[in-house]
Amino acid sequence: MVWANDIIQGILLGGLYALFAAGLSLVFGVMRLVNLAHGDFGVMAAYISLVIVSALDVNPFYTLIMVMIVMAIFGYLVQRGLLNFAMDAGPLQAILATFGIAIIIQNLLLEGFTANSKGLDAGVIENTSIRLSDQVVIGWFPLLTMVTSVIVLFGLQLFLGRTRMGRAFRATADNQRAAQLMGIDNRHLYGMAMAFALAIVAIGGVFIGIRTTFSPSAGPFRLIFAYEAVIIGGLGSLWGTLVGGIVLGVAQVLGDHIQQGWGMLVGHLVFLAILAFRPQGLFAKQVQ
Amino acid sequence: MATPLKVERYTRASRIALPIVAVVIIAAATVPAWGSSNIMKQGVTFLALLALAQMWNLLAGYGGLVSVGQQAFVGIGAYTLWVFSEKLGLNPFFCVPIAGIVAAVFAFPTAGLAFRLRGGYFAVGTWVIAEVYRLLVTQTSWLGGGSGVSINSARQVEPSTREAIVFWWALAVAVGSIALVYLVLRSRRGVALTAIRDDEIGARSLGVNITRSKLWVYVMAAFGTGATGAVIYLNLLRVQPEAGFSLQWSALMIFAVVIGGLGTIEGPILGAIVFFALQQLLADYGAWYLILIGALAALVVVFAQRGLWGAIYRHWPVDLFPVRRRLCLETVCFPEETPAPSPSAHGSSPQPPIGPSLPPAAEPPEPEQ
Repeated sequence: MVWANDIIQGILLGGLYALFAAGLSLVFGVMRLVNLAHGDFGVMAAYISLVIVSALDVNPFYTLIMVMIVMAIFGYLVQRGLLNFAMDAGPLQAILATFGIAIIIQNLLLEGFTANSKGLDAGVIENTSIRLSDQVVIGWFPLLTMVTSVIVLFGLQLFLGRTRMGRAFRATADNQRAAQLMGIDNRHLYGMAMAFALAIVAIGGVFIGIRTTFSPSAGPFRLIFAYEAVIIGGLGSLWGTLVGGIVLGVAQVLGDHIQQGWGMLVGHLVFLAILAFRPQGLFAKQVQ
Repeated sequence: MATPLKVERYTRASRIALPIVAVVIIAAATVPAWGSSNIMKQGVTFLALLALAQMWNLLAGYGGLVSVGQQAFVGIGAYTLWVFSEKLGLNPFFCVPIAGIVAAVFAFPTAGLAFRLRGGYFAVGTWVIAEVYRLLVTQTSWLGGGSGVSINSARQVEPSTREAIVFWWALAVAVGSIALVYLVLRSRRGVALTAIRDDEIGARSLGVNITRSKLWVYVMAAFGTGATGAVIYLNLLRVQPEAGFSLQWSALMIFAVVIGGLGTIEGPILGAIVFFALQQLLADYGAWYLILIGALAALVVVFAQRGLWGAIYRHWPVDLFPVRRRLCLETVCFPEETPAPSPSAHGSSPQPPIGPSLPPAAEPPEPEQ
């Protein structure tokens, strides 16, 4: 039963990774850009929430909408102001520009908030849980994270499938030139894609800030986990990303169970095994 | 009668530059005779940065492999130094080439996995593998675990002797890295790399083995980065997994190359000088130097893709290192030695001719996933 509990905790942790991965996946899908600053954007969102919480003395959940709006505007501006030009310069230049942004954010946060770990206090929900048996305990907060993640992915799927802008996203993903010929302003569209991605990663950033602590150097880990979830699940599949996050989460929790401190390593090794034996991921849309 | 067409590499500038470079190297080698301990320590930092930048440039500028996981090889170099000097009792100063070889050996399995990924996914993939190496070292108590290890055998050497030898090693890896890139570009392999960089599909159709060429570049860069890692930690004398496998190493090399100019030998040299100067100027302002350099690099990569060297080259086209091949018919060569701005085939904007020492105009598109 201890194992069952671990697996449940791992699945719930996977929901958190999927929240981070969804934005990464969206940006790559629409504009073929791997955003190396994605994790740092999530950490930045957590710090924005922290600032609002300490200024207004409210529960971090109430800051969520404001953080999402701030991050979305920020994402749109970064995309239109820098990354669109970087993508014109070439894919290599675009990756390097996002790497520059990542290092800038990490060090700005370091200067502004010191290297100390911070946390967001969401109050009583963090410590209450459903007790299924003596060994299987499901926390309300991890459960809420998972539900949020599923709602976000479902919403994203509806958005991409049913709305005019979603259709423009998919058209651009399939063939940017043809989409442009049909009257789609790809510069604005890329800005919107980045805005959506950062609004989603803002949710992930605040939730992970409530779940654990965060520091200016936490971004790369968030990026790596999100990235592993995307690759394990298979590129281009939103629900695959959720499964990828769950596989990674379960691997990490079980790894830590086998020996304390091995969680991350086991997670990485599962990822490398997938890369070695099934490089297209578990649920790839097309076999490469 | 021989054909009047011949291929030339040397230009007037490079004939002048090479003796100057030789004089600079010889002058630098005398630093231990007169320099203070601090000058030598700073010198090692600079020379190591130069070597790392050259190796990253070989990888990304010529191989098209944007890795953000080269810290793996810095860390492997550092720990190889420790294992061979402390565990196996070798003279620590002999461990620099061994560190390079060990890093090159580790490059094969790393490439085996990372080469399954392309573009940005390759970049993050190399980063994950560097993390795996870091975590493996952290979890291995034989390697000192998370708290790290000291290079005690080098500490026992008399400080002035040690500093001099470390400085010479740093000079050797810096000059060696430039020589390596230079020789690679002059070799048959270099021509193949240039062809891949300019047009991967075209190169493949002419019989260039793409994967093997890229693997070869990756292993070479790992060798140079590993040897440099050993030199850095001969200077610092204490290795911790957090520091040895830190992303900061990638940030240093990437920013130096990007600011100086990707895909040239001169660019990373200039970039390393600028990076080092900014680092010294802003030494009292904590992390601000990285913020400033990161911003500079992000702007340069977008708005002046050829970096500082590219900006200089546009107005004053000299090749200090003769790696560009020019086709000469009797006394007329193409590209010309000092080409006048002329409408190029790419469009109406005047551009210097695209040669092997310039970055690609466009990367081949990624295959549909």
